[in-house]
Amino acid sequence: MKSDGEYDPKLEPSLSHDDLLKLYRFMVLVRRLNERLLSLQRQGRIGFCVDSSGHEACQIGSTFALTQEDWLFPYYRDAAMCLVKGLPLKSLMDHIYSNAEDSSSVGRQLNVHWSSRENNIVSSSSCVAGHLAHAVGAAYAMKYKNEKLVCLTSFGDGSTSQGEFHEAMNFAGVWKAPVIFLCENNQYAISLPERYQTASKNIAIKAEAYGFDGVQVEGNDILAVYKATKTAVDKARAGGGPTLIEAVTYRHGGHSSSDDPTRYRSKEELDYWKNRDPIRLFKKYLTKKGLISEQEDLKIAESVDNELMSAIRASEKTPKPALKTLFTDVYSEMPWHIKEELDEATRG
Amino acid sequence: MFTQKCRGISRKNLTKLQEDSPETLALITMVQAVNAALRQEMRGNENVVAIGEDIGREGGVFRATAGLQNEFGPQRVIDSPLGEDAIIGTAIGMSLYGLIPVVEIQFMDFVYPGFSQIINELAKFRYRSGGQYAPRVVVRMPYGGGIKGGLYHSQSTEAFFTHTPGLVVVSPSRPYDTKGLLLSAMRSSDPVIFLEPKRIYRTVKEEVPEHDYTIPIGKADTLLQGDDVTLLSWGAMVQTCKETVSLASKEGISVELVDLRSLLPFDIETILSSVRKTGRLVIAHEAPKIGGFGGEIAAQVSERAIDSLKAPIVRVGGYDTPFPYSLENSYLPSPQRVLDSVRKLASY
Repeated sequence: MKSDGEYDPKLEPSLSHDDLLKLYRFMVLVRRLNERLLSLQRQGRIGFCVDSSGHEACQIGSTFALTQEDWLFPYYRDAAMCLVKGLPLKSLMDHIYSNAEDSSSVGRQLNVHWSSRENNIVSSSSCVAGHLAHAVGAAYAMKYKNEKLVCLTSFGDGSTSQGEFHEAMNFAGVWKAPVIFLCENNQYAISLPERYQTASKNIAIKAEAYGFDGVQVEGNDILAVYKATKTAVDKARAGGGPTLIEAVTYRHGGHSSSDDPTRYRSKEELDYWKNRDPIRLFKKYLTKKGLISEQEDLKIAESVDNELMSAIRASEKTPKPALKTLFTDVYSEMPWHIKEELDEATRG
Repeated sequence: MFTQKCRGISRKNLTKLQEDSPETLALITMVQAVNAALRQEMRGNENVVAIGEDIGREGGVFRATAGLQNEFGPQRVIDSPLGEDAIIGTAIGMSLYGLIPVVEIQFMDFVYPGFSQIINELAKFRYRSGGQYAPRVVVRMPYGGGIKGGLYHSQSTEAFFTHTPGLVVVSPSRPYDTKGLLLSAMRSSDPVIFLEPKRIYRTVKEEVPEHDYTIPIGKADTLLQGDDVTLLSWGAMVQTCKETVSLASKEGISVELVDLRSLLPFDIETILSSVRKTGRLVIAHEAPKIGGFGGEIAAQVSERAIDSLKAPIVRVGGYDTPFPYSLENSYLPSPQRVLDSVRKLASY
């Protein structure tokens, strides 16, 4: 996609107008969500948040290539992927508020670890790259059971330095597992720029060593990300094995609400990337296609704001999880020593 | 070798079984019992798969999985690439998709590249996902010294795992329990760390039923009744302790020998009822004493039965040094070293 929204028709994926508008609405929703969360965090109304502004194209475009039955193994910056995969906004917000209705985690995990059995969104830990092998294993099981499903797992550029990245990629290659590795390369692992993370000329090339395809894609171009992912998904589903996709993007905010990015990157750099904002780019494309007017854009913004406000209001008034939930779900049945502690904690 | 006083299946019952159907018993070693349990469960449940280094073509370095790949094929008995992290990580992923993987870690000493997968992922999945995702993975690990293996083929680090809520930790000391506990482990809804004392893999033979039976997790076994001192142990040290009991009985000291079998959760009732009878407790394990699991048992007994104690609780452990190569027999608690403590307590 050119900066004016012009698209080479040969590269354009075949998506219906409804789908294109759906993608755009997700992008706006997630951008507004991020703005709102940071403000709630600064007001002390939520404990923590992780900004994904800038990542909308790579997260939404990639997940849109999955079916409901496919599995998603996201990391902590991937609220958008969870929404696209089917997690209701209310559930997303209940987890952010870590309240009694938090079905992702019952208030147990730091509040950026969404999961949903119903939507095949798998819980992750905060230890980066630990979930990649889970995706490979689940993909192995899908193949073992002769089911034509795929796993998509996402991670940041920092994760590619972990041994777990290497092992998961290696196992996936040997097994020809139907798994797609999506590296959201936002060029910083907290404060560390990519050039200090790897001497490799890019991340996609690493796939070559594991015997499968690696592709680098413009991560701010939602259609390019969708297309690359769809190609990888189709290949995996047909038995062609894994793909590594490197989506090059930029995080507009800090690593998290506890981070100050002005300590490690310049305003000029940020401005450069904000000029390549994935939402602005996609809006130009839709405008050129005659699919959206300024007025319709305002309407979308208004409707997502209303949706966000009602989710926030509902989640905010839901109480914290009951004390008992501190002790449940450790085992399938509560053993005697935890039962004793539960009794002690809840006595009188 | 075990005597007629062995519990679990008494000599009388064995004889009865033999009379009922003489072909149902086999005189086998512990490593054969592991193999028998795996084979039996894999025949009965096609979701059970085995994964590890060299477990297929070679049948495992200890031959615990000998013949399984021939019977069940390379997709079910998986010769994995070398990498403990991904072995455990992919096993978790397989389990999330409905398989029941039984992992073999070649030596317990090699598990640490996969430690985060066990501690941060496997043990916490159920809890952190509010019960939505609960991997059923059995991690088998040959452990302990006495095979001339040096520092990295000899350690007993069960306390790392007993210190981790969410894990079940078991360690049998005889073929009968090995088969029954491994069958229980593969049917458990919780992740199980299954510790196999490799020193006695082939030194203890026992008649084991060929039919299906389980030993409940969480139950200790009082192998020998006694009145003066309770001697508690697990794994290979149970064999050592049996010799101690014989030596003690020659000196007129009656020792009650308890095989803990399950370390987490452990059978506090059996321990307490024995200690209330004898008033004296010696805990023997191969692991270094400081931070060893014996300390936890000692603390639990002190908190609950201090009034019954006639003497301090004593631990006999490996020394608080790394595990040595040439002096391993000096490192491992001998029957005589355990006897010294038993004697000291009896005359306290």
